[in-house]
Amino acid sequence: MTRILGASAVLVAFGVAIAGMVMAIVGTRLRRADIVRGAYTAAYVNFGLLALASLAMVWALVTHDFSVSYVAQVGSRSTPLFYTIISLWGALEGSILFWGLVLAGFTAVAVWRGTRGTHGAAHADIERLMPYATAILLGIGAFFYLLLVMPANPFRAVFPVPADGPGPNPLLQNHILMGIHPPLLYLGYVGMSVPFAFAMGALLAGVKGGAWIQLTRRWTTAAWMFLTAAIIAGMWWSYEVLGWGGYWAWDPVENASFLPWLTATAFLHSAMVEERRGMLRVWNLSLITATFALTILGTFLTRSGILSSVHAFAEGDIGYWFLGFIAIVLIFSLSLVAGRSDQLRTEGRLDAVASRETAFLFNNLLFSVFTFTVLLGTLFPLVAEAVRGVKVSVGEPFFNSMTLPLCMALLFLMGVGPALPWRVAPRDIVRRELAVPAVLAVLVALAVGLLVGGGVYAIVTFAFGTFALAVNLRQFSTGARARMRAHGEAPPVALARLIGGNRRRYGGYLAHIGAIMVAVAVGASSAYKSETEATLRKGETMSLRGHTIRLDELWGRQEPQRFVLGADVTVLRDGKPAGRMDPRLNFYQTSEQPITTPAVRSRASGDLYLNLMAVERDGSTATIRMIVEPLVPWIWAGGLIIVLGALITVTPSRQRARRSLPVAAPVRPPLVPGAAPARPLVIADPDTRGAAP
Amino acid sequence: MSKRGRRVGMAIAAAAILGTFAYLVYGGIGENLVYFLTPEELMARGDRAYDVPVRLGGQVVPGSVVWNAQAVDLRFAITDGAKTVPVHSSGAPPQMFRDGIGVVVEGRYHRAGVFESTSVMVKHSNEYRAPKHGEKPAEMYRSLTTGSEE
Repeated sequence: MTRILGASAVLVAFGVAIAGMVMAIVGTRLRRADIVRGAYTAAYVNFGLLALASLAMVWALVTHDFSVSYVAQVGSRSTPLFYTIISLWGALEGSILFWGLVLAGFTAVAVWRGTRGTHGAAHADIERLMPYATAILLGIGAFFYLLLVMPANPFRAVFPVPADGPGPNPLLQNHILMGIHPPLLYLGYVGMSVPFAFAMGALLAGVKGGAWIQLTRRWTTAAWMFLTAAIIAGMWWSYEVLGWGGYWAWDPVENASFLPWLTATAFLHSAMVEERRGMLRVWNLSLITATFALTILGTFLTRSGILSSVHAFAEGDIGYWFLGFIAIVLIFSLSLVAGRSDQLRTEGRLDAVASRETAFLFNNLLFSVFTFTVLLGTLFPLVAEAVRGVKVSVGEPFFNSMTLPLCMALLFLMGVGPALPWRVAPRDIVRRELAVPAVLAVLVALAVGLLVGGGVYAIVTFAFGTFALAVNLRQFSTGARARMRAHGEAPPVALARLIGGNRRRYGGYLAHIGAIMVAVAVGASSAYKSETEATLRKGETMSLRGHTIRLDELWGRQEPQRFVLGADVTVLRDGKPAGRMDPRLNFYQTSEQPITTPAVRSRASGDLYLNLMAVERDGSTATIRMIVEPLVPWIWAGGLIIVLGALITVTPSRQRARRSLPVAAPVRPPLVPGAAPARPLVIADPDTRGAAP
Repeated sequence: MSKRGRRVGMAIAAAAILGTFAYLVYGGIGENLVYFLTPEELMARGDRAYDVPVRLGGQVVPGSVVWNAQAVDLRFAITDGAKTVPVHSSGAPPQMFRDGIGVVVEGRYHRAGVFESTSVMVKHSNEYRAPKHGEKPAEMYRSLTTGSEE
């Protein structure tokens, strides 16, 4: 019953998506608003259908309905409820279903936001491009619903019905982050479809001017926020589960999530150049298209099993479907850009080498090279196997040696960019803005070089990190101080109003600060990581870099879905107990190799990381790997700050509402949902208002 | 500098960066390729077998494992049936490591005729396989089990 409900919902969704596409295009060509509205309704109906299908699948999983093929594949009566529910995205078919749900949700929100309320000056433009954008989103949806109907159908019948199933892949049911990382990744990945649809919709509708880019930029920022959070959460998961004490290995699947992030980050910067100066139109369209195509390519790499990877979890024969879809996307968008070149003529031109524009151009150059390098390293094994018939992989040293200089340059640019004004940067302004940060950077470089060491890259990372941090913090302090002088505001109020008055700008700087934290923490944890391994008897100790641990006890415990083997370890400081840790090994029935649960003791200065490598069968000894990694917690904190910055940027400005309601007013009227004036979807150039005088 | 001159200058700078990078990338990939080989394929490479990064897959030759826990020193040999390669590793063997199991070792083959491994991975399949008697962890670690018995 559940099976038939789910399968029919998906099938109907496919039909509705096709019908909605046709209605959107035919309706707008015939100038029949009633037909176009039918397409918008189709978008809402599809969300309902996909929600129904997903609920049906969750119900089937929770009730252990093994007559449903997907449940028979990933379900198990012994799996805890939480992991049973999240196995919705644990394997190929379920993940495509989840993708379809997220896409239908984004489509509905995009249609809702694009067709409700007034959008100020851009209203007419948005009204014209919405039907096309809706058609494109429904078209992308149709592709995924077709996958669900044909090669990736999760609702196939299984007969005879098995009594129990194997359960999800052990790696996916060993940590709570598996409930967070995949949905974030899908929100980021699928979210990139919306800016793509708006960009292509604007081209199809013949909308000139910059209205679409503001709309696109906001959606890209939202998707980028989720993607950033997903990548950081994925790194954290890798660190907490895989037991090698690292968080990034340039694994093809990691690269697949990173590639669209790189192009989207480039777009977020170059879009500002188009908004301000009318430059880089074709380039921005290319970045949006590349971002979307890379999300599909990433799914292809992950889901086709074409590249061997630690976490190519779901494999299937649907590789060709994705390849075909990428080809269609590229041909469609490239021919559209070429055919509408008159619409894309550049208005502005570069005035001076020392200007904000130039900084953005270099930013884009670096991000493009970065993308190209990672893409080449990721796809090279495919080419080598096809052309030379050898099975190879591209080693980590390639990625590290190629991308480290790029990261350094980007870190430096994050410091220079915000200090440079648009158009022309007079020398005295540059000097005033950069002098203090530069001096600080030199001091930090000397201090690190003389006192700590650690190689050129580590020193440069700290120096550039200090430089960029100082420049970005300075933006906040000068702006807030100006407000304090002008309005007599207290420092926290001035800071809050500064940010609130220009969310995009200061959200961006905050994201920079987070990125700098991540960069410095990654640099330090790689440069100063040290590890050792020892086999201990109970009561014996091992030490590394001032940390000492003692093995106290070994234990085993049978749990419903796994057998857990653990070591009780005491952390000693000056010979006295200072804490306890318990690294574990988890044996799942379906895995030959146990899944590790390393123990991590986090302090602001860094982590002590213990991984249980092996236990003697009689319980006499245990082999433990001990790793000391400085600053690792700052990676996660920095990621959180990036996300916070992006969140500030995408949150609609309350500038207008606040003018009549001063924050300092003693009584603030309660905010009634729906009572607020319709928020403008497109914000007028924010750099001109609320900025520091 | 004229506007035109600036644009040309920027274009040259960009081309120089891209060119340098393309060159570095090309060389970098060639140097860092990791080959997936079986012992037979490794031996067939002759002189090119030495000192390049390789992932070698095969089975642990029964009786070849010498593990010194105090020195954290592991020696064994892996075979694909046709050729056998001795392997040395200075890390603990993975938990399920044993005679006859399929493994992938990553490292380099040295001219001394020993494969110096930086990591030893047990090859695992995601296919469900019922554990044989005595292979269940709860039985293997009976002396440690404190929780619910089977």
